[in-house]
Amino acid sequence: MDLNTKYTPQSWPQHSENATLEGKNKFVGFWLFLGGETVLFASLFATYLALKNKGPSGMEFTTQELYELPLVFIMTMLLLTSSLTSVYAMYHMKNYNFKSMQAWLMVTVLLGAAFLGFEIYEFNHYVHLGFTYSQSAFSSAFFTLVGTHGLHVVIGLGWIILLMLRNSKRGLNLYNAPKFYLAALYWHFIDVVWVFIFTVVYLMGVIG
Amino acid sequence: MSSIAQKKGFGATIWDYLTTVDHKKIAILYLISGGFFFIVGGIEAMLIRIQLAQPDNDFISAGFYNQILTMHGTTMIFLAAMPLLFAFMNAVVPLQIGARDVAFPFLNSLGFWMFFFGGIFLNLSWFMGGAPDAGWTSYASLSLASPGHGIDFYALGLQISGGGTLIAGINFLVTIINMRAPGMTYMRMPLFTWSTFVASALILFAFPPLTVGLFFMIFDRMFGANFFDHTMGGNTIIWEHLFWIFGHPEVYILILPAFGIFSEIFATFSRKRLFGYSAMVFATVLIGFLGFMVWVHHMFTVGMGPTANAIFAVATMAIAVPTGVKIFNWLLTMWGGSIKFTTAMLYAVGFIPTFVAGGVTGIMQAAAPLDYQLHDSYFIVAHFHYVIVGGVVLGLLAGLHFYWPLMFNTMLNETLGKLTFWLFFIGFHLTFFIQHFLGLLGMPRRVFTYGANQGWDLYNAISSFGAIFMAIGVAILVANIFMTISKNQAVGNDPWGDGRTLEWAIPQPVPFYNFKQTPLVRGLDTFWIEKQEGNKEGMLYAEPISDIHMPNNSIIPFVMSFGLFVGAFGALFNGEKSWAIPVLILGLIITFIAMGTRSLKDDLGYHIHKEDLMDTKGGKH
Amino acid sequence: MGHDVHTQFKTQTEYEYSRRRSANEMRGQVTTFAIMIFLTLISFTAVYAGFPANFIIPIILLLAAVQVILQLYYFMHMSHKGHETASLFLFSGVMVAFITVLTFLTIVWW
Repeated sequence: MDLNTKYTPQSWPQHSENATLEGKNKFVGFWLFLGGETVLFASLFATYLALKNKGPSGMEFTTQELYELPLVFIMTMLLLTSSLTSVYAMYHMKNYNFKSMQAWLMVTVLLGAAFLGFEIYEFNHYVHLGFTYSQSAFSSAFFTLVGTHGLHVVIGLGWIILLMLRNSKRGLNLYNAPKFYLAALYWHFIDVVWVFIFTVVYLMGVIG
Repeated sequence: MSSIAQKKGFGATIWDYLTTVDHKKIAILYLISGGFFFIVGGIEAMLIRIQLAQPDNDFISAGFYNQILTMHGTTMIFLAAMPLLFAFMNAVVPLQIGARDVAFPFLNSLGFWMFFFGGIFLNLSWFMGGAPDAGWTSYASLSLASPGHGIDFYALGLQISGGGTLIAGINFLVTIINMRAPGMTYMRMPLFTWSTFVASALILFAFPPLTVGLFFMIFDRMFGANFFDHTMGGNTIIWEHLFWIFGHPEVYILILPAFGIFSEIFATFSRKRLFGYSAMVFATVLIGFLGFMVWVHHMFTVGMGPTANAIFAVATMAIAVPTGVKIFNWLLTMWGGSIKFTTAMLYAVGFIPTFVAGGVTGIMQAAAPLDYQLHDSYFIVAHFHYVIVGGVVLGLLAGLHFYWPLMFNTMLNETLGKLTFWLFFIGFHLTFFIQHFLGLLGMPRRVFTYGANQGWDLYNAISSFGAIFMAIGVAILVANIFMTISKNQAVGNDPWGDGRTLEWAIPQPVPFYNFKQTPLVRGLDTFWIEKQEGNKEGMLYAEPISDIHMPNNSIIPFVMSFGLFVGAFGALFNGEKSWAIPVLILGLIITFIAMGTRSLKDDLGYHIHKEDLMDTKGGKH
Repeated sequence: MGHDVHTQFKTQTEYEYSRRRSANEMRGQVTTFAIMIFLTLISFTAVYAGFPANFIIPIILLLAAVQVILQLYYFMHMSHKGHETASLFLFSGVMVAFITVLTFLTIVWW
């Protein structure tokens, strides 16, 4: 594989993410990894559900009083939109339009960062109420589940930013196209997990 | 061992192995470190048997006994059996499917070094205030109460090495899915490749729950979380579930590749095609599937109620069906074959009755009411040693003799090999058969000593006596290995004369690019087919000789794993030493810098040119 | 093996066709997005409206499942060819995930 091959929109392969053997390997390997991540998050969800509202005797926090739905709604919208913007980025990658791809990735990163900001605010808010990590089994399980998702957001952001910076000068080629594609997949997966978090943790928490 | 290694200086060889991304060298690294940990775990086992040889013994203290017992189990499962299996997977699978390397050579190296540093970290506990002492299952109610840092070493060490295992699992899956030579369809894959495939899939889904469980343990013990603390609303049963959701598939992760090795050996030394190939494949996949449905049978006595127990009892018994299919297929492979009793074949033949015995006791325990009687007794100890030693360890020893010529181009001494087999086999049955009866007589497991005159004295003495045979057997094996290395007598390819699969067709020593030309596979047992048709080269080619793309060596995996190793010390001493958090951060920074270097620096590998391949030396080095 | 990549120039017609197809697909993605936003709104509204829990919970779980399927099949392209292995392993993961959650809801506390 030669990094110096210059492509035009005409010569750019339709499926640049798996046009090379390395790309194919990365593509399959990453999907397998996502299969494993599904089980990882399932274990966290299962633990959260088992420990929901469980604490030391006289525990004052319950999901119904704690959670702030408006905040969660804004976060959900931010993350859902960022999922669409990364689809746009991949659309432009397919058309070999590097500039637009970078622009849409930039929007994705900004939306992701905004999401993260709200999450930090939310956690900080809970901690100030006395709902700290060590407060109860419930708090440990909540922070670990939602925090692990947050950590994935951080990793996803770092990954996309690093890819954008590294390739800003040299544009698209068949070496980095699979990497962009996988970063986008990862970002969608983060959204998939969030759909379950807002449903199972927050909405079902507020219902009681 | 290879001529290349001798020409280089010692330092250069070390550097070569630290940076290698070649699956054949990584296999050797796995073999050496897995072998080392196997010896360590074996010494721990001998200490256990010495302590239990007579009643009211005070050879070692109760606390120390707990540590030895925990480390024996943990070491043998995570640091000996799995790496040794990875050694054979690495050495054999890419060659068996006609690939030049694994799908992710860099990750292959990273997986090894993470396992290695995790194992070292775990064993450093011996020198830093005491090893873990809550059993290899480390049930939360015990481990949260354990003083000192033993459990912390356990949780962090397994976390690091578990990450390495997960990486290795994904790597093998992708290798088998994407890198098969033309014509190597799924239903033409040798059974060792198939069992590696299924075991890797189990790794992919079984290790995340362990990761989560270990993180809970780490957070509970070191960072103030309350997952398992019932006074804070936690629940210790959560650990048991997470551990066994991992733990039960884990035993299939161990046994399936061993089944694969035996399948190859039976076919080779019976000079017959494996009987019922497609049934074998189906049984392997079915065992993998059912492996996820049965973990609760480890927890029958927890008190989950008759419904849960009944469901999992039935599911457990169902596993006997595909396993039985395999046993009969092996027997029928031998039936009417012209059998050669090599050392590997002896192990394979010895494995069948041993494993059947272990399987039968397994079905006994699957009956929940009987399990209430057997639980936590020596009957359980006897059962899992029959399946793990009688299945996995015999498989590893068989594989060692069988694949040694493939890995090193020399042959282990057959006479000494057979001696090892008989000593080990007799010793094994002496040690563990009698433990069934100890269990039925009521001796509980995990006790450091017992009172005299309960009818257990003689049986324990016999059991310890048998262990001596096993130790002598292993000692002879080690001597055999050293003798073989010092003699260094090249044997060439297909040393058994009856090799059936692609790995035996490659010229020895295997070139570092494996195949000059990608082979064309025309059926199951490719090499056998070509030999039958009088093809001297042993394979057909799917492409003309052309440039070969190879990955570059890299020290980054080593540095990345070392960073995690350093960081683990920080986590371990969190809240106790002032330097803990800085060290944790330092370790993570080392890892992240290594990761950053990896992602910022393009590593495109290099090409071996066609002209270099044409000359006899075959390219670089 | 597959290391050498053959660059293939598309003819003008092929190029325009593939451009058009991508553009069509992108329009489909935007529709998918609109549906996802709509589903989310329904879920949140249902909770705010205060219907009985036994009624809302199955509905929002179903909506979440639908949304995830849209995300997987359209945004993550699982509807495209060449995703057989991906689906096999993803759904195996989902199966293990389901059993895990089910056990933790039933036999952890009693």
